[in-house]
Amino acid sequence: MKRVQKEAEEASQLVTRRGVILGGMQLGFMGILGLRMRQMQVEEAESYRLLAEENRVNVRLIAPSRGIIYDRHGVAIAQNAQNYRVIIVREDAGDVDETIAKVLRLIPIDENDLERSLKEMNRRSPFVPVTLADQLRWEDIAEIAVNAPVLPGITPDVGLSREYPLGADFAHIVGYVGPVSDYDLSKIEDPDPLLQIPKFQIGKIGVETKLEADLRGRAGTRRIEVNAGGRVMRELGRVDQTPGRDMQLTIDHGLQNYAQARLADESAGSVVIDVETGELLAMASAPSFDPNLFVRGISSKDYNGLRENTYKPLFNKTVQGLYPPGSTFKMMTGLAALRAGVMGPGETVYCPGHMSLGGRRFHCWKRGGHGWMDLDDAITQSCDVYFYEAAQRVGVDRLAELCREFGLGERFDLPLSAVREGIVPSTKWKAQVRGERWNPGETLNTAIGQGDVLASPLQLAVMTARIATGKVVMPRLVKSINGVEVPSEEAASLNVSSNLMSMIRRSMYNVSNGRRGTARRSRIVTEGFEMAGKTGTSQVRNITTAERARGVTRNDQLPWNRRDHGLFVAFAPFDKPKYAIATIVEHGGGGSSAAAPPSRDILLYALYGDVPPLEAYPSDQRERIRTQHEEMVLRRRLTPGKKASRA
Amino acid sequence: MSYLEYKVQTVPTGLRKILYVNWALVLLLAAVSSVGFLMLFSVAGGDLSRWAEPQMKRFALGICVMLAIGMAPIWFWRSMAVPAYLFGLVLLIAVELFGEVGMGAQRWIDLKFMRLQPSELMKISLVMVLAAYYDWLSMERVSRPFWVIVPVVLTLIPTALVLKQPDLGTAILLVAGGGIVMFCAGVSWWYFIAVAAGAGALVYTVFASRGTDWQLIKDYQFRRIDTFLDPSTDPLGAGYHITQSKIALGSGGWTGKGFMQGTQSRLNFLPEKHTDFIFTTLAEEFGFIGGFSLLALYGLIIFFCVVSAVQNKDRFGSLVTLGVAATLFLFFAVNMSMVMGLAPVVGVPLPLVSYGGSAMLVLLAAFGLVQSAHIHRPRSR
Repeated sequence: MKRVQKEAEEASQLVTRRGVILGGMQLGFMGILGLRMRQMQVEEAESYRLLAEENRVNVRLIAPSRGIIYDRHGVAIAQNAQNYRVIIVREDAGDVDETIAKVLRLIPIDENDLERSLKEMNRRSPFVPVTLADQLRWEDIAEIAVNAPVLPGITPDVGLSREYPLGADFAHIVGYVGPVSDYDLSKIEDPDPLLQIPKFQIGKIGVETKLEADLRGRAGTRRIEVNAGGRVMRELGRVDQTPGRDMQLTIDHGLQNYAQARLADESAGSVVIDVETGELLAMASAPSFDPNLFVRGISSKDYNGLRENTYKPLFNKTVQGLYPPGSTFKMMTGLAALRAGVMGPGETVYCPGHMSLGGRRFHCWKRGGHGWMDLDDAITQSCDVYFYEAAQRVGVDRLAELCREFGLGERFDLPLSAVREGIVPSTKWKAQVRGERWNPGETLNTAIGQGDVLASPLQLAVMTARIATGKVVMPRLVKSINGVEVPSEEAASLNVSSNLMSMIRRSMYNVSNGRRGTARRSRIVTEGFEMAGKTGTSQVRNITTAERARGVTRNDQLPWNRRDHGLFVAFAPFDKPKYAIATIVEHGGGGSSAAAPPSRDILLYALYGDVPPLEAYPSDQRERIRTQHEEMVLRRRLTPGKKASRA
Repeated sequence: MSYLEYKVQTVPTGLRKILYVNWALVLLLAAVSSVGFLMLFSVAGGDLSRWAEPQMKRFALGICVMLAIGMAPIWFWRSMAVPAYLFGLVLLIAVELFGEVGMGAQRWIDLKFMRLQPSELMKISLVMVLAAYYDWLSMERVSRPFWVIVPVVLTLIPTALVLKQPDLGTAILLVAGGGIVMFCAGVSWWYFIAVAAGAGALVYTVFASRGTDWQLIKDYQFRRIDTFLDPSTDPLGAGYHITQSKIALGSGGWTGKGFMQGTQSRLNFLPEKHTDFIFTTLAEEFGFIGGFSLLALYGLIIFFCVVSAVQNKDRFGSLVTLGVAATLFLFFAVNMSMVMGLAPVVGVPLPLVSYGGSAMLVLLAAFGLVQSAHIHRPRSR
């Protein structure tokens, strides 16, 4: 006990000693702080005071003007418009409510906008300028400017705002910009100081976001003198901003507009591609929406309207939409079997209306059967049984290999949001993805583009372009950057004999021109512009044995979302292919009735470079086409605007 | 070494404890906080409700928490040291997993009524656990290598977690706080000399790593050091804060520009003027007299704590008191050095003055421990 007591005494003394030393050191450091304070505030005070006097120079960032996006002819799709706005600084405004009431007496401000501005004002520091109203008319701004003396803290201002003059036509391709959100910031490491500017616009989807780095440009700085009240007196100097780079797309705005208008009433997507260069001339996804709504900040009512629409206007059907290709896939099956030599070029297969495999019956769409069919007959009349036989002989893996060579299952590197790769099923795919063995019956489903096969309209268009040229055509969307052409590589040839390719092309010609062709009604009669195509109808439901016995329910008796998808792929002119197209009409019924007619019309527009003349259509349809054209709301083809639209 | 060896009977009990509260310390804390209210009122442009009022409410709550903690006996708090430390660690890990991201760092857990920064709590828990450790450790072992490694590990675990957030300022404070408690407990001088030499070597290595692919700290942290060493290299970027802060401070002169008359603050040349840079507004508006008075108030707090610790025969009590005082010291010393251009900008608030919820509450709670140690100190007959 004594020892413990003694040790405690010792410990206590040690702590005391160290505590005093520590206290002394702390006091010493405080002395340094005090001396430093004295040095700065007493001895050097005069020089700092001068600096503070001079310190009326403020530096502000100048936002760069965003690169303009043009179509292939130089017509602006996305540009920067002067945006007149009214800005409020809470600190200077005095009684904010009263000041705003005064402003409201001069100019109208939307109630939602006002509420949003007030919220932002409360969130930010009192000296941060907040936009009270934007997109104002010049007269309104003048009104504010004249009354400036009685409106403390209110300043009229002009900025640049993104504008999409072609509205809904390019919503899915170009996308839109919007103010930087906290979510955006959290995704970027070491962010550009520009992003700290309130409401700075950055790309949110589509080309606008994928090419953000090129489009944004670099900030400039402006040194300004402010008076004691903080008001800007004069500009002392500036480092100019570097504007973003201009993008020219391969899209033709007229064709795009026509395609959107032609598909307007459907839930549909259509892609037009130049078969030689791979340039995408149109990528229509209907219905569409006005991207300008998003730039200003869309109201929740409008947004919910778009979201809840069963036709899914926010969804880009051309690259994001995946569909069973149906009979448009049959060229693949035919080519695979003939290339492998398991089916002779003139060999015939008997179609009794179905094929039995493993105790299951696989039906042909024609109940009574087609009789003896060779490849040409089978493509022209879209006989299922011929392709069941062909696929069984060649096997799914060799079929999948050919599909990949034609661009199916490939994610093309385009500056678009949500480009998907689709599915080309094979035994390996099934083992990897599902962990199951391949079932022979699936080969038959795959043969006719059903089952697990999924492709986007973009992929089908690329496939058709490759059939038309026999070359590995790669799609491209950006034609030039800042006036410098984006180089493209010479396409390699496909590993399919040219005899075989011309056989397939001939059969596709017969689909839309032959006496028994499934798309005969959608032919082009202009000499030299003839079209070669293939219809497809893909089921979105299972047909039960009971239903088949009863008679398959007709599409127009089904609810919309249970009807078949209509597909059509085509290229034209047949002799010297120029353009290829792939169209999907969601739940539109058959390919020949729903997808072939608009595809033909869009291809004709591409060939003529304008609304096609009636002579291009079969004589019995001209009357109907005339009314159709009259009812369509089209934009006039524009000529390239002045580049001076950038302020 | 245990408390119970002393004459417990001489410790005040019941309501009589109120008489033994270190009231001078309470007054000093209130005085410093009042300076804070005044400055928060000023930087809000004469708006009471923006920052000053919530700060006052938190101060009132904090004082109550302090007194409540002070009433509980110090041996109770010693028994709480290890649980508090473990709880702090759990919270730090939780903030890593579920915390909200703000200002580029993941620092707090949202408790709806306030945002809890576990790193604040950890500063105090660490002081407590180290004090309890040395209270338990016998004298001759204090400087033995193994028994020195234990507290070092106890310090480095939370430091590593805080660095990961990343919060360099708090990490530095944790290491310094832990080191100070070890120093007070009597760890041999040689260890501190060795660590100082090691730190010098480490700084050298960090700079040598710059630009190589094994770079040890982030680019923006390097830039902060660069601008600290020479603010003129980037007068409009990161150096801007330091330059403007120095101008504001220096231009205050002997008596300052007057309450709410600081042009630097008014014209928004100052960054974060209600949090980390609040001292510049004080120094600009009240000059050397104002700035030095605040420094003197802090000095008096440290002085009273040291006196209380020196009089206290209980090792845990005096170590906690010194540790808490050191924490306060580190806060204001780093903050003031930063705004005066003596240290790089690391994001440490001015204690009790800067606007901020958990920092003030935690600090006042820590002074509750000081009060408890003061009230329940063993007295000779």
